[in-house]
Amino acid sequence: MKINKLYLALFIFALIAPAALYPVFLMKVLCFALFACAFNLLLGFVGLLSFGHAAFLGTGGYVTGYLMMNAGVTPEIGIICGTIAAGILGAFYGKLAVKREGIYFAMVTLALAQLAFFFYLQAPFTGGEDGMQGVPRGHLFGFIDLSDNISMYYFVLAVFIFGFWMIHRTIHSPFGQVLKAIRENEPRAISLGYNVNDYKWVAFIISAALAGLAGSTKTLVFQLASLTDVHWHMSGEVVLMTLLGGMGTIFGPLLGAGAVVTIQNYLSGGELGNYVSIIMGVIFVVCVLAFRNGIVGEINKFVKKNFGH
Amino acid sequence: MATFLGINLFGLSGQLLVGLINGSFYALLSLGLAIIFGLLRIINFAQGALYMLGAFFAWMALQYMGINYWAALILVPLAVGVVGILMERYLLRPIANEDHLYSLLLTFGLALIMQGVFTQMYGSSGMSYAIPDALKGGTRLPFMYLPNYRAWIIVASLAVCFSTWWMIEKTKLGAYLRAGTENPAMMQAFGINVPLIVTLTFGFGVALAGFAGVMAAPVYSVSPEMGSNILIVVFAIVVIGGMGSIGGAILTGLAMGVVEGLTKYFYPEASTTVIFMVMVIVLLVKPAGLFGKEA
Repeated sequence: MKINKLYLALFIFALIAPAALYPVFLMKVLCFALFACAFNLLLGFVGLLSFGHAAFLGTGGYVTGYLMMNAGVTPEIGIICGTIAAGILGAFYGKLAVKREGIYFAMVTLALAQLAFFFYLQAPFTGGEDGMQGVPRGHLFGFIDLSDNISMYYFVLAVFIFGFWMIHRTIHSPFGQVLKAIRENEPRAISLGYNVNDYKWVAFIISAALAGLAGSTKTLVFQLASLTDVHWHMSGEVVLMTLLGGMGTIFGPLLGAGAVVTIQNYLSGGELGNYVSIIMGVIFVVCVLAFRNGIVGEINKFVKKNFGH
Repeated sequence: MATFLGINLFGLSGQLLVGLINGSFYALLSLGLAIIFGLLRIINFAQGALYMLGAFFAWMALQYMGINYWAALILVPLAVGVVGILMERYLLRPIANEDHLYSLLLTFGLALIMQGVFTQMYGSSGMSYAIPDALKGGTRLPFMYLPNYRAWIIVASLAVCFSTWWMIEKTKLGAYLRAGTENPAMMQAFGINVPLIVTLTFGFGVALAGFAGVMAAPVYSVSPEMGSNILIVVFAIVVIGGMGSIGGAILTGLAMGVVEGLTKYFYPEASTTVIFMVMVIVLLVKPAGLFGKEA
C-alpha cells in the first residue's frame, strides 16, 4: 500500500510539474530516467554491467530522426521504429556479449558500442559531426501537434510511464525472478535447469529496446540526433546515474538521472561548464568509495534501521 | 614506383609500418592491463588516461624543466608508476573485497577526472613534442623510407615487452607474481608480503602505460583525448587475446596493429572498425579469446 501512495504522489507531481519547472528540462530528465531505468534492468537485476548502452540510445535516436525527416511518418511510428531498431541491434550485441561475464562483458559492450559510433560517424545519413538537426516533432496520431512544449511533455511522460511499467512488469514476472536468481547465484540457476545465457540475452534485448525508446523520444524533444548520444561518454553517464541513484532499486535511476541532469544543466550555464567531466569523475569516485548503495539504497537502509521491525 | 600484383609496395609497407607502431602501443597497453588483471582481477579503465598522463608528463618536463626525451623515458614511467601506486594503495585497496565492478567504476571515474583536468589546463587541441635530435631523419630502404624515430618505437617497445615477459616467466620475482595470480592466500601463508606485491604490480603495469605515453608523444599530438580513444581499441584487443597469457597480450597487440595497418591500405573506410570486427568474430568462434584459459 505504501509504495502505491508513493507512485500516486509521483504521478501527481509529474502532472503538475510543468507549471513550476521548465518543460524541456523535465523532458530531458524523463528521457534520461528511462534510459537509466533500462540500463538498471541489466545492471541491477541481472548483474551485468554494460558499458555500451549509448549505442542503443543513439540508434533509437538516429532511426527516429531519419524517419521523421525523410519518410514523414507520425511521431508514434517513428518512436516505435527507433525502439525496434535498437532492440534488433541489442539482439545482435547481446548475443555476443552474454558469451562473456563480469569485466569482459563490460569491455565487449564498450567495444561494440564503439563499433556503432564509428558506423554512425561515417554513415552518410547521420550528418557526421553535425548530427541530424531540425528533426520535426510532427503530429501525434496525425492530429496532436507536438511542437508545443506542454503537449510534448505529456507525451514524453506517457512514454516514460509505459517504459517504467514495462520494466516493473519484467522485474516482477517469473522471468524477472529467474534474472534475480542468476544475479545472486548463477551456478545454482544453471543447476536448476535454466538456460542462463538465454535469459541474459532476452533481458539485454528488453534493456536495449527501452534505451532505444528513450533515445527516440529524446530526439523528438531536442529535434536533434547527434554523435554525443553514441559516444562512450554517454555510456559512462548512464552508469553514473544508476550508481548515484542506487543500482538495483526501482526509483534509483530516476533520482540519479534527475540529479545528474540537474548538475549538468546548472554547470553548463555557469563558469564551471568546463568542469563537468571532472565533477562527474569525482562523483563516480565518491560513490564507489563511500556511497555504494546510491541515494535510494542509503534511504532504504536508513528506513530499515530506524523504522524497520 | 615499386608495384607487385597491382599493389603499391611503397604505400603498403608505409601502412604496415604505421600498423606496427600502433601495434607496439597496443602491446604495451594490453600488457599492462594483463599484468594488473593477473594479480588484482580488475580492469584498469584509467590505463588510457595514465598513458595520456605519461605523454603530458614528458611534454611538461621538457617545457617547464628542460628535461629531455631520454631522461623522460626513465623518469616519466617512474612518476606515472608512483601515481598508480598511490591509486592502488589509497583508492583501490579499500574496496578490494567488494565486487570488482566497483573497482572498474572507480578507475573509470579517475580517468574522467584526469582527462577533465588536462582538458581544463591545456584545452583539447593537442601539443606537439619534438622528436629527439639523435632520432631525427630516416633511412631509405629499397621499398620504403623508414623514419628513425618510428623504427626506434618498434625496437624499444618490443624490448620492453620482451623483458617484461622474460621477467614474469623466468625470474624469481615473476614466480611470485605467477603464484600470486594462482593463489594469493597460499602465498601470504608462505610469508610473502602479498599486498606489497599487489601494489608494486599495479605500479609496474601503470608505468608501462606511462612509458607508452612518452614514446607516443613525438608521433601523436599530446592531447587529453589520446588515452580514451586508444583504450577502447585495447579493450577489444584484450577480449580478442584473452588475458590468460602475457605473451598472448603482446602478440595480439602487435598483430592487431598490423591488421589495422593492412586494412588502412586495402579498405581505408573500415580501418577504425576492423579490430572490433575481429573481436566479434573471435567471440563467435572462440569466446574465451585466442590465448584465453578460462571457460
